[in-house]
Amino acid sequence: MIPAAFEYHRPDSVEDAVKIISDHGDEARVVAGGHSLIPMMKLRMTGLSHLVDLQGIGGLKGISVDGGTVTIGAMTTQHELIADDQLAASAPIIREAALQIADPQVRYMGTIGGNVANGDPGNDMPGLMQCLAATYTLVGPSGERTVSAREFYEAAYFTAREDDEILTSISFDASASGYAYEKQKRKIGDYATAAAGVLISKDGGSCSAASIALTNLADTPIYCEEAVAKLVGSSLSGDDISAAVAAAVGASDPSEDNRGPVEFKKHAAGVVVRTAIERAIERA
Amino acid sequence: MEKMHLKLTVNGEQVETLAEPRELLIHVLRERLDITGPHIGCETSHCGACTVDMDGKSVKSCTVFAAQANGADITTIEGLGNPDGLHVLQEMFKEHHGLQCGFCTPGMITRAYRLLQENPDPTEEEVRFGMAGNLCRCTGYQNIVKSILAAAAEMNAAKEAAQ
Repeated sequence: MIPAAFEYHRPDSVEDAVKIISDHGDEARVVAGGHSLIPMMKLRMTGLSHLVDLQGIGGLKGISVDGGTVTIGAMTTQHELIADDQLAASAPIIREAALQIADPQVRYMGTIGGNVANGDPGNDMPGLMQCLAATYTLVGPSGERTVSAREFYEAAYFTAREDDEILTSISFDASASGYAYEKQKRKIGDYATAAAGVLISKDGGSCSAASIALTNLADTPIYCEEAVAKLVGSSLSGDDISAAVAAAVGASDPSEDNRGPVEFKKHAAGVVVRTAIERAIERA
Repeated sequence: MEKMHLKLTVNGEQVETLAEPRELLIHVLRERLDITGPHIGCETSHCGACTVDMDGKSVKSCTVFAAQANGADITTIEGLGNPDGLHVLQEMFKEHHGLQCGFCTPGMITRAYRLLQENPDPTEEEVRFGMAGNLCRCTGYQNIVKSILAAAAEMNAAKEAAQ
């Protein structure tokens, strides 16, 4: 389980890191916590000859809440997300989701930036970020640009990030919505068989805003526009919820693997979406 | 590939060694520094037998490159206690039969150490959740949990007595 040899870099600025990955093209990869990349390197399923460790770049860590906008540095770990009380007040769905990712040791190392940038359909943060309508900041040789999480994912491991860009931070609006991240998994530490993030706001008896996104139910996360349309403006009756669940399951496109056949995964999708909607309504 | 000059603090001592960047921290500890307390179990980030404390975090040292650990402060089971002076967690694992074959124990105790640093008075459920990254193939979980809860109680009693 020893990976192929590589040259190790630990730059202390984003500019230097971008320069190294621009110089070496697809021979270079950045590493954040490494808990997705290193196992792939050990299996020799990822070949690279330059590893660019981002741990020395101080500006990539940290959580700030400013005027209702939450900004999280890409190198912020799952453990730090869970521990941050200000974040828990501004976006409690993040703590709920992060506690369901992997195990304690992995959460000390695994970062939000790695989780969202990797493009692994099994990762929880991409769906969560689509639910929160987050924006990713990418820095490349020609400067900085932003991409919506809902437009970032193209296929499994393929994203809108160019090879010479680094995802540096994530931002989204703080929300007082009801929330839930519901994940069905075979055992602790596993990727989701099906998971859903839901946000719901109520105004009087009706739903004034909603967001629903799915994890590991297609080769990208899925933002469920149709399901959201079933809830917004409705009175959130049993029928409204069932219509939204059906629309979300309809938007899913799971494939058969060791977590089960397609039918089972669609069934699990229905269960997690319904549970998440109901819990979000209770908290709204 | 050229070797890197690594400087680490391991169990309070400054150590230096040469290693290829691709070497995993567990291999550097065991094979270059002769610190064989942390074990190689699954080598796939699942079992936690290789858990060490790195800069105040429990990490699986099979999933950290030596190069990433350069400059880090590392504590292994050897740094927690020794046969002449067991750590209270070691005492309680002994007392409550928290080990059978013992293979997972260094990782269990090193992880439990950090858990109790962060949460000195955990519930049973918090212990189980906090130990979820460590597997015991003898499946001796009941007594592992019991040992950790007993260690927490001992440590808290000692703290109170000192006040």
